[in-house]
Amino acid sequence: MTELRNPEAEATRGRLRRRYRAERRFRAYGAAAIGVALLALAGLLTSVVLGALPAFWQHEVRLPVHFDRALLDPDGRGAAALPDANYAAVLKQALRERFPEYAGRSEQRQLSALLSMQAPFDVRERLLAEPAKLGRSEELRLLLSDEADLFLKSQDGEGAGAGLSEVQQSVLEAWLAEGRIELVFAWRFLRSGDSREPELAGVWGAVVGSFLTLAITLALSFPVGAAAALYLEEFAAKGRLTDWIEININNLAAVPSIVFGLLGLALFLNLFGLPRSAPLVGGMVLALMTLPTVIIAGRAAIRSVPPSIREAALGVGASPLQVALQHVLPLALPGLLTGTILGMARALGETAPLLMIGMVAFIVDVPRSVSDPATVLPVQIFLWADAPERAFMAKTSAAILVLLGFLVSMNLLAILLRNRFERRW
Amino acid sequence: MTALPLATLLVLGAGAFWLGRRRALRLVQAGPGRLHSRPVYHGHFVAIGGAGPGLVGLGLCWALAAPAPLAALASGGLACLGAGLALRRVAPGFRARPAVEGVARAVFAACSGIAILVTFGIVLSLVFETLRFFDRVPVSEFLFGLTWSPQTAIRADQVGSSGSFGAVPVFAGTLLITAIAMIVAVPIGLLSAIYLSEYAGNRARALFKPALEILAGIPTVVYGFFAALTVGPEVRRLGEALGLDVASESALAAGLVMGVMIIPFVSSLSDDVINAVPQSLREGSLGLGATPSETIRRVVLPAALPGVVGAVLLALSRAIGETMIVVMAAGLAANLTANPFEAVTTVTVQIVTLLVGDQEFDSAKTLAAFALGLVLFAMTLVLNVIALRVVRRYREQYD
Repeated sequence: MTELRNPEAEATRGRLRRRYRAERRFRAYGAAAIGVALLALAGLLTSVVLGALPAFWQHEVRLPVHFDRALLDPDGRGAAALPDANYAAVLKQALRERFPEYAGRSEQRQLSALLSMQAPFDVRERLLAEPAKLGRSEELRLLLSDEADLFLKSQDGEGAGAGLSEVQQSVLEAWLAEGRIELVFAWRFLRSGDSREPELAGVWGAVVGSFLTLAITLALSFPVGAAAALYLEEFAAKGRLTDWIEININNLAAVPSIVFGLLGLALFLNLFGLPRSAPLVGGMVLALMTLPTVIIAGRAAIRSVPPSIREAALGVGASPLQVALQHVLPLALPGLLTGTILGMARALGETAPLLMIGMVAFIVDVPRSVSDPATVLPVQIFLWADAPERAFMAKTSAAILVLLGFLVSMNLLAILLRNRFERRW
Repeated sequence: MTALPLATLLVLGAGAFWLGRRRALRLVQAGPGRLHSRPVYHGHFVAIGGAGPGLVGLGLCWALAAPAPLAALASGGLACLGAGLALRRVAPGFRARPAVEGVARAVFAACSGIAILVTFGIVLSLVFETLRFFDRVPVSEFLFGLTWSPQTAIRADQVGSSGSFGAVPVFAGTLLITAIAMIVAVPIGLLSAIYLSEYAGNRARALFKPALEILAGIPTVVYGFFAALTVGPEVRRLGEALGLDVASESALAAGLVMGVMIIPFVSSLSDDVINAVPQSLREGSLGLGATPSETIRRVVLPAALPGVVGAVLLALSRAIGETMIVVMAAGLAANLTANPFEAVTTVTVQIVTLLVGDQEFDSAKTLAAFALGLVLFAMTLVLNVIALRVVRRYREQYD
């Protein structure tokens, strides 16, 4: 019986096979799409993390330094001469003593260039802390310049020491052989402000700037956003005006951020004459930008509070405002806060509008108040990514890592808040 | 600058609150009558009575650019006066609560009106500066001119400062990069959404959906860095291996990375609309013998199409307005080309380069940035409104 073939059934089976193949293919496309997206994410993150790691360590050299009276205090003024003595000369002497074979002027200059610009100041600091050391010798740890640092970091790799002369390379190798070079954690990167010298540049100034800016953003967008959400959900009569407001809010949430920067430039800087580069203005611009996010999240949170709560409160004689402020708002607060934190996280990563209001200046000092010139983390990343020195590349990745660290912790906080306090009715 | 007057007002307000509440408490303890409102509301009433005139005074002082101590004195005086008048109205029968609540509601309403104000602020500031720009450069040249070279001459004999403002190459560059981004993002985003909502199990979904959303949370400056320092050189090397001439700031590199950034915008919104398609439609199709992929292509996607279109339009508006990736990875020179291996420039790049750095605010160069901004705002506004409308109408259909 089975030998009898039904051509129609055969055709059906063939079609079915083809259809199943198409099914498998379609499914594979979907999986591949997710794979590509995740691969891109993984590529981005690994390239940042791998690029960032070197920036967290710096090379230092242990160098015996003689605090020579003849150099530091030629007039015999004692401790009074120390604050403005010539410490670069002391270092030059120390290098000359160690490497007498490099006596020429240009060779000596190359030797000095191995040390960071900061090294003389470190020596000064050391001696000011203990003026009794004057005339004696001590082994000091001194920071190496960015190029020397890069050379040492790429020792095992190819193309090392492109920026170093042969004299400098042989000096570094001599120090390495003596075990004088040490790799230490770059606290400076986390503690100091920006600098033209890559080995001295740090993110702390930008972190403080970001913090001040976000503080202004939070102070403006949270209360205003909460009030607006309460009004739209609890008080406003549904009508043309509220429709208008709603369209505006939804549209503002999708307006390119750079347009908010243009608004800030035209309004806050040109019309009101507020200071450029200040966290105050940056915070105000970012507040306008995050306000729609806060309002939308707040409205969703308020809408999820069940009407029975409102009716119960009204039933025992509370006024509408008392219902809104004393019953609805506390219950909606976790959702509102979650939305606000997510909005803040977006504001923290925002760069373009801040470029418009001049927060791209090169600023060394850590800002002390909201009207001081400052920069923020993403702008610092932008500035360093543009810097010509090779050592800034690792710094950029490291600053990105710091920024991502803040973002991750803010998002975790939001998730925690949601899981902990948000109630399902 | 304004800290001193504000602090003065804050202290005065707190004092006024305390005075008002104490007076109300005293009244109810001394007299036989009952208070209409609780003492707290009398306190709030007096505090508002003080803070209102005080803030008005502060605003006036600020508009007249008065020095901080004078402003503190003037607004403080007004606050005291207002609080004094308000304090005299505190009486058992006085309806303090409705008065306070009226003020609070007005403040809330004003807060929600800020959204409209911001939109108007954007439109006004852009239109105002753009009109000044069109005083110098004719509209037709801006919209239809084919050369963009915004360096205006400072001296008459300067070289290379033609100062022509034909924005067509800028628009074309924006379109090219956006198109590359959409070619990357739409298939990947849509297929991911389909896989996540139709095929993936609960556990895979719980893992992959947040992972895709991480892409949306990464700051754009990070994508820009990635595009400029990793993808750009790779694309260039790949192109050279294939014998192509690739610019180091090619449109392709910026577009690819922008596409990756936009994937989650397409995928999460599409995921929402696909999930909103009623289960009965799927079951009907499967019951007739269609395979899952046939169901998706013939039934689910057509039903979800308006929502998907909305998602794509929103992603498109995001791509047009994206700034940092193109600032860091695309070029500055305005080439009119459709070749993705060449460097092109975009509207946002031009806005940034025209406005960052030293600037004088009445040159055509800086004003051009506002004209570009207006075009950008108008384009994204149209896209957003259409997209929001499409998404909204679609959602209502199955609710």
